[in-house]
Amino acid sequence: MAVLQMQRISICALKKDRKAILEKIQSMGIIEMDQIAGDEEGFEKMDTLSDRQELEKKVQLSEQALAILESYAPEKRSMLSGLAGKKLVEKEQFNRVIARKEELVEKANVLVTRSKEIAEDKANILKLENQIESISPWLTLSVPMNYSGTKKVSMLLGTMPGETTLESVYAQIAERSPETEAVDVQILYMDRDAVYLTVFCLRAEEGAVEEALRAGGFARPSQVTDQVPAERKADLEAEIQKLNSEIKGKEEEIKNYADDREDLRMIGDYFRMSAEKYEVLGTLPQSQRTFVVSGYIPSKMVSKIEKAIGERYNCVLDIEEVKEEEEPPVLLQNNKFSESVEGVLASFGLPGKGEMDPTFFTSICYVILFGIMLSDAAYGLIVALACGIALMKFPRMDRNLRKSVQLFFWCGLSTLVWGILFGGYFGDAITVISKTFFGHEVTIPALWFVPLDDPMRMLLYSMLFGVIHLFLGLALKGYSALRDKDYMGFLCDCVFWFLLLLGLIGMLLPTEIFAGIAGQQIVLPAVIAKGAKWIAMIGAVGILLFSGRSSKNFGVRIALGAYDLYNITGWLSDVLSYSRLLALGLATGVMASVFNSMASMGGKSIGGVIIFIVVFLVGHVFNIAINLLGAYVHTCRLQYVEFFGKFYEGGGRAFNPFNSKTKYVDIKEEN
Amino acid sequence: MLSSISGNGWALLGAALAVILAGCGSAYGVGVAGQAASGVVTEDPSKFAKVLIMQLLPGTQGIYGLLVAFITLSKVGLLGGGGAELDVATGLMILGACLPIGIVGLVSAMHQGRTSVAAIGIVAKKPDQFGKAMLFPAMVETYAILALLISILAVTSIQV
Repeated sequence: MAVLQMQRISICALKKDRKAILEKIQSMGIIEMDQIAGDEEGFEKMDTLSDRQELEKKVQLSEQALAILESYAPEKRSMLSGLAGKKLVEKEQFNRVIARKEELVEKANVLVTRSKEIAEDKANILKLENQIESISPWLTLSVPMNYSGTKKVSMLLGTMPGETTLESVYAQIAERSPETEAVDVQILYMDRDAVYLTVFCLRAEEGAVEEALRAGGFARPSQVTDQVPAERKADLEAEIQKLNSEIKGKEEEIKNYADDREDLRMIGDYFRMSAEKYEVLGTLPQSQRTFVVSGYIPSKMVSKIEKAIGERYNCVLDIEEVKEEEEPPVLLQNNKFSESVEGVLASFGLPGKGEMDPTFFTSICYVILFGIMLSDAAYGLIVALACGIALMKFPRMDRNLRKSVQLFFWCGLSTLVWGILFGGYFGDAITVISKTFFGHEVTIPALWFVPLDDPMRMLLYSMLFGVIHLFLGLALKGYSALRDKDYMGFLCDCVFWFLLLLGLIGMLLPTEIFAGIAGQQIVLPAVIAKGAKWIAMIGAVGILLFSGRSSKNFGVRIALGAYDLYNITGWLSDVLSYSRLLALGLATGVMASVFNSMASMGGKSIGGVIIFIVVFLVGHVFNIAINLLGAYVHTCRLQYVEFFGKFYEGGGRAFNPFNSKTKYVDIKEEN
Repeated sequence: MLSSISGNGWALLGAALAVILAGCGSAYGVGVAGQAASGVVTEDPSKFAKVLIMQLLPGTQGIYGLLVAFITLSKVGLLGGGGAELDVATGLMILGACLPIGIVGLVSAMHQGRTSVAAIGIVAKKPDQFGKAMLFPAMVETYAILALLISILAVTSIQV
């Protein structure tokens, strides 16, 4: 349980070692880069922007190529592969792949080009299909579409609006152009929107006839070919076929690259690392022969860097304490159990400057409270087993994910324990099954008591857990004050509050109201009962007088003290907030019994057993999911609002070392 | 007039109201949060799990309503057949006991739904602030839990 001590490290070395040193720092990944102002005379920064962009383009290229491979030759993956984490690759193997990087970039380019070509071909096919569609009404025409007729007779080809009939065309011509001698109209095709027709007339009268038809909505087709429509269609279809087979060929070609997937990933990661390196390089102050690297490093890592760089290269290594005005990044170190809750802590906020790391206490409280909320032995066992198996099966799981799964493993175990204490095994499943199918009732008695049978008792215990949790928070505040040698703060913000609250509890316990709730009269020894009142008084007066001690004005000081005293209502609502331990615990148990009794409605028969199994499985899966969510959310809330509210603010910045930020593989370092 | 309805009738009405009111509230809350969540997922499908959790937060009131209704029904003996004939006064007491979770469940779930929508907005823009975003809807739920508590305590302590 500690925030690691940070120190500033500065390395000044020769330019000829620049690449090697930077790569070493990157692969060790224990320094967060933070360059000191490099605008001194003789020092300049290198412009690496264009190199970086070039590298990032290659990262993009490899990503594109991988996406194309994935869409044409999907990789077989199990549903749980997201848990597996990055693959570990030997440095040697990685280097072998990197040596082929030109070739692989070429391959990626080919993939991208092929995929573009396929897209173009598909667009062409669409175009051709549109053409086929536009000539399909003319298919019965046995002359080319641009055929204009013989010497004496001319042919008009065109469409007219939907409802046109043969008669109406003739009528149209007769009306508009009465002197027409001979005309022959044939309808080739009809659909809802248009009628496709050919009109034969004397060449001399062509103009008049077309004029007459146009008045009725006649229009020549927009696309005209010099082929017979049926032949044209066959040609187009052949073309489509050709394109399709081309596409198929290209797809096959792409699929052949599937074996290069791993290598493409590795060069993608290589370019990523290089881009990161160039980014750092661009920030380094450099003189003609030397360069300077500076950053934060955890104190206990210093010797590693000294060994790896200080002894190997010609350089000056300078370690100094972090200055007062700087805000060093935060890196936590905790034991195996407590580190699992670091994610929960980080999502609230890492310890700010000078704050203590509450991870250890948070982890214990988190696991206990979570268990009380879920409180079903079978559910706890399922959660713990699932997480345990996942942890064993995927040893290379992503670090943060691993911590969360670990947290749920511990929470599962805690749930198991609380479930046994409260007698919940899939709710009341055992009772229901034994009654429905075996005719006699079996109950596993709760080791402690069943909350549903005695909710008042559970409520009181919930509040008791709450008081303990909150007092722990207050005590930690006192501890922080003592650590910072702020003895006045320790006395006023911690001791006086303890006195006041303990005194109030001492006064509350023997009262009749409490006895009414608890169902039994608590008799405290006379000394304590009497003393409680005085202890509370001392606490209250202390808070009233000293809480506003930063203010010089006596009146303001008392007013601030009175305001702080008003926080006692906050304590009341904080304690009441722990009643959610009871509510969520009951919710799990009662929902489980609802599903059990629904499941048992089929009665004692084969059909009944089938119904039971189905309803039981579906119901309990749903119940686990919804209550896991509830327990997670509300345990977080109790930590963040009630517990942290007493002593912890957060606001620290996470340690973000310069390291190999790869996406697909981790590279094993040779030692 | 009141006495023309039997005690069991009043108790059943109470159980029904607990489920109906709290369920309606949760349906509304999960509904609006779901609309917001769908919007986020169309932009970035990888946030699915996070926004789904946010969407489910206002769903608990419905469960609390079901919980109280279930305790009420098993208390009255409507589940499993038989059961006592309640007098009107007891029936009305049970009705009263069911009201807190019904009414508070309705109102809090609707507000929690809207808070969830806002929290989904946080997740969409700053996914790393998930922990804090989750806290806002959870604050609203406190009042549903308090109401649930009183409903459970009242129902279980009424003598049948």
